[in-house]
Parts: sequence; C-alpha cells; structure tokens
Amino acid sequence: MYTYNDFDEAFVRERVAQFSAQVERRIDGSLTEDEFKPLRLMNGLYLQLHAYMLRVAIPYGTLNGRQMRQLAMIAERWDKGYGHFTTRQNIQYNWPKLRDVPQMLSALADVGMHAIQTSGNTIRNVTSDHFAGAAADEIEDPRPVAELLRQWSTDHPEFQFLPRKFKIAITGSPNDRAVTKAHDIGLRMVRNDAGEPGFEVIVGGGLGRTPMVGKVIREFLPKADLLPYVEAIVSVYNLLGRRDNKYKARIKITVHENGLDKIRELVEARFTDLRREFSGADQELLGEIEAAFAAPDFVSKPAEAYDTARETDPVFRAWADTNLTAHRNADYSIVTISIKTHGQTPGDATADQMRVLADLAETYGHDELRISHEQNVILPHVHKADLPAIHATLKAAGLATANVGLISDIIACPGMDYCALATARSIPVAQQIATRFDELKLEHDIGPLKIKISGCINACGHHHVGHIGILGLDRAGVENYQITLGGDGTEDAVIGERAGPGFAYDEIVPAIERLIHAYLDLREEASETFLQTYRRLGAEPFKAALYPAEERSNAA
Amino acid sequence: MSRRFTPKIVTANDLLEGDVVYLTRDDRWSLRLSEAELIEDEPHAQKRLHFAEGQQDLVVGPYLADAHRGPSGPEPAHFREAFRARGPSNYRHGKQEDLRG
Repeated sequence: MYTYNDFDEAFVRERVAQFSAQVERRIDGSLTEDEFKPLRLMNGLYLQLHAYMLRVAIPYGTLNGRQMRQLAMIAERWDKGYGHFTTRQNIQYNWPKLRDVPQMLSALADVGMHAIQTSGNTIRNVTSDHFAGAAADEIEDPRPVAELLRQWSTDHPEFQFLPRKFKIAITGSPNDRAVTKAHDIGLRMVRNDAGEPGFEVIVGGGLGRTPMVGKVIREFLPKADLLPYVEAIVSVYNLLGRRDNKYKARIKITVHENGLDKIRELVEARFTDLRREFSGADQELLGEIEAAFAAPDFVSKPAEAYDTARETDPVFRAWADTNLTAHRNADYSIVTISIKTHGQTPGDATADQMRVLADLAETYGHDELRISHEQNVILPHVHKADLPAIHATLKAAGLATANVGLISDIIACPGMDYCALATARSIPVAQQIATRFDELKLEHDIGPLKIKISGCINACGHHHVGHIGILGLDRAGVENYQITLGGDGTEDAVIGERAGPGFAYDEIVPAIERLIHAYLDLREEASETFLQTYRRLGAEPFKAALYPAEERSNAA
Repeated sequence: MSRRFTPKIVTANDLLEGDVVYLTRDDRWSLRLSEAELIEDEPHAQKRLHFAEGQQDLVVGPYLADAHRGPSGPEPAHFREAFRARGPSNYRHGKQEDLRG
C-alpha cells in the first residue's frame, strides 16, 4: 500500500493548518458564510439537514488496519460512534461540530488520510475496483495509476474551478466492478494486439438528472500516456464545459452537445501538445508507487479447516457461498463483509465494528481493507484456512450477514434523513425491503439482484444502474417513489427504464414484492437471474405486476 | 385579488453545532419549532428574514419555511421540515434525542 512521503505529509498538514485558521476566522466573524463555504467544501465539510457532515476520502477504496482504527476513534470522539461508507468510497461523519473539524482533519492526517476535494467543482476521490490487486480476472492492479491520479489531481491549479465536479473511476479487470461507464472519465484496463496493458478511455458517463452511458474516446491508450491524456480531456472540458447552467455543466453534456468526434479531435490535439511537456517524471513516480503496491507475501498452508467448516457448518457454507470471490491465488479468497445487516442502515458501521475489521485485516488479511462502492467492506487477501475463524469473529460482531449480491445488499444514499438536497427518504425504504425479504425467506431463492435507491434525482444511490432502481421524489408535498427496471452497472452498462407512475412511501415495498413474485413466476429456471428474465421478456410482464389491471381500470 | 399568504417561520442551522434552529418573536434562536415565531404576512416575513440574514455570527443559511398554527405552536407544513424538526428516521439522533424529557 502507498504510504505518504514527506511531500504528501507536509501538504496535508499545511492544509489542516490553513483550514483551522479559516474555521477560527469564520467563528470570530472575519469571514462571512459566503466566503467560508467554498473553503469548507474544499475540505469536505458540508452543512446537511440536521448538522455538519464531514466527507473523508478513502482513495480508491483502500485502507489498512491502523487507518480503519483511526476512523473508529474519530467516530467515537467527535461523532456519534459510527460512520457511513458511501457509494464513492468515502466515509461520512454525520454529526461533527464546526470547532472539532480541524482536530478531526488532524487525526486523519496522522494516518495519511484527508478530506481534500471530496466536494466542490474539482476532480474528486478517484474510485476503483474494490477487488483491485486480488481479483482472479485482473490484468494489473489499477491502484498505482489511481494513486498517480490522486497526486496529480490534488490541488492541481488548473482544475480547482472546473465547470462542475469531475469523477474518475478505474478498473484493472475486464469485468467492471467500478461502474466506469457512469463516470466523467472511466478507465478500463485492456490489452492491445501485442499483449501490452493499456486503457480503454471512456468519457461522458454519468447518472443524475440526465443519465448517460460513457462513450469510448480512445480504444487503447498506452499506460505511459495516461496523465497527459487525462489532462487533455479535463482541460478541453474546462474550456468547453458550460458554466451558464449548473444542470448542463457536467462533461456528459459537453460531449453530448459537441459530439464525441469533436471532443476527440480537441483532446487528441491537446494531448499531442501536453505529451511533450511530460518529461517522464510521472513514469518514474509511477514506478515508485507500483513498488509500494507490490502484492503481499502470500503464504502456503493447508486449508482443510475451510473444507471441514463447509461440510459441517451450514451457516458458514451459506456465508461462503455469497460473500467470497475467487482470488488470483487459488489458496486465497476475497472476503466481502456485508455492512447490510437486514434492517440496518446500508453502509453504516459502528466504531466497535470498524475495530473488528481492523483486527481481522491485521491478523488474517495482510493488513488490507477495501471499501466498495456498494457500501461493503472487503478483506482482499485471506487464506482459506483462516476463513472459519474470520466468520466466527464476524458473527460475534454482527457482521456475518450472508447477503452479498442479493436483494438485501442494497445501495442507498443517505436521502432525506440527512441530505440537504434529498427530495425523499431512501434509508428506511432499504431497511424495509431487506427486512421484508428476510421474513419471507426468499432472498437466496431470488438469487443475484441489485436494488439501488436514490433520494433525489442526483442519483448518488446509482438507481439508474440498479436491476431495480428506486428514485424518491417529492410529489406535491408527499414522498413518492419511481421504479426503474433493467439497469446494469457493469461493462455492459445500461440505464434502467422507468416502469410507470410512482408509489407512495407505504406502497413501495409491496410494489417491490409484486415485482419479485412476478420474476419468480416468470423465470425459466432457478438459475435465470432477475436481469436475465427481464432481458428475455422485456418490461411488460413486470409492469403488469406493478400495476395490476383492476387498479389501472379504477384509476382510469 | 392577492393570493392567501401561507404562514412562515424563519429557520437556519446553528453556526457552531449545526443544529436546526428557529427564530423566535423575541429574536432568539430556539432548538424547538414550537417556540418559533409564526409569521402571518409577507412584509413581516421579509423583515424577519432580513434580520436573520444579519445574524451570520450565530446561524447559517436562514430561510422562510411554510408552517401551520398548531395547538402548541407552529407545525411543519412539509415533510422536509418535519424531518428537520425531529431528526433522522434510522436512529434516534438529532432533536428526538437532544430534546427528550
């Protein structure tokens, strides 16, 4: 894992000192709120419905035990004893006091973390495949490039006042777990005909009020050209992007309005100029970063304990079947720890749970943890022999829920329980769906299914790419929930289709239940997933289940 | 004919704590919606909002929100203000915790 060098350390400390002084000047009246707001946002401090909120970056979702333990300490000392892991691989604290924020940032700096550029019209936290460095299907670990992008984009003077926020996602695997096609820039590692690794560069993807699947602007970019090419894209956008209308300011609109061909032409021209300015220092730096991300020393030991536990403990087996993923080392597994206990808030972990996760990483996991955009925590490198002990510890901490990839593994944004922008709640809808299907004992029968819930049109909950998406709106002063169907956030990204009129707060869970029963009746065999059935049959039979005929005729 | 005025309250967040606060008739900022001044006409609403905007050393982002007259003071007209007056629904945090008893 990358650890801060003297430059990083000094930079982050200096920013903490600057922000501490800015907070003091706000409190003593030297700064107005209009002056202070952009400064606090640059440092991840929002004002939400009930309190301030501090958004801390977990760069490309990677952290170690010591960092996780510090996040727990911060939650306990300055917040209400928990943190919320988000769909952008950040952690949010929902209850900080203004005076305490500088100390929180200082405590983060102690473990090489920060909240810089987690807000504002800048390049945000670079997100990545949460299985990076461990996945069996990976070409190369994308995190060194993600770290290079973090260093390049942090405080980049040209890109502090972009037309709008700018999000980059990167994956090293052909199976896209980082939703790269829904980002301003998506980088998907591929090989060229000579077998060399490089990137397929995707531009102009995004969700929000105008959802768009990203378009391929370059089919193969050599790895060494990455920074000048990305810089070319962002600088073309910086000049061309609209500043007259906030809702048309993202690069997806720039690409849409100007056409991909024109954007490509401008980017390639700018790239030709920029490439000359990159003397190779970036590649030297990348070399150093790559060394820091060297794979851990995998151990060889017998794994009978795993086979025995599978045979004798059905609870362990159920968990292993849903929460483990193939590791590139056949003796190892990737463990996804569900932060989606039925009925709990998706993505919330208590300080005690964070410490358990830190302990497990240090004891069994080569001291590595990941946060997924699906709001779960991952132990990327676990020897199979240690899985039974890990499962036992997780069970005791309330973290052994066997639901990864299933109907209760729901992404939900904070919604109107916290967010100032929200138009409806999302957390209680997620809680109720998870609780209901747990009661019905149908979860494992239903199989792989992604439900994603956003509490407003900005789509932080990725509802457009949920197999079932739920969007909470305010309709004439009442919460109302629209359903979209058939979305997909993988390398075959698809924006879901709106099913029809929305449902009231107390109607949305029964509507989802009708939808699922329809799927169970319609699927050809148990192995046909919801998404496959939807693709085979189209929306009509699902709409019929959502809007039964008698209700439709009554409404007419 | 002028449209009927929907009664208003002035609300904001406390600068230091971030809490939801309400402007009272005697120019205080209260944590309790029931203590808010219920404003019945547009000119007075603008006057009170202007006053609140001058209180930058105490509060952030004051605005006018629709409210009704209730048996024990103003009540929220919209569910967003109801959540602000109560706290989140997933934990008993915020006002439902702070104002207990």
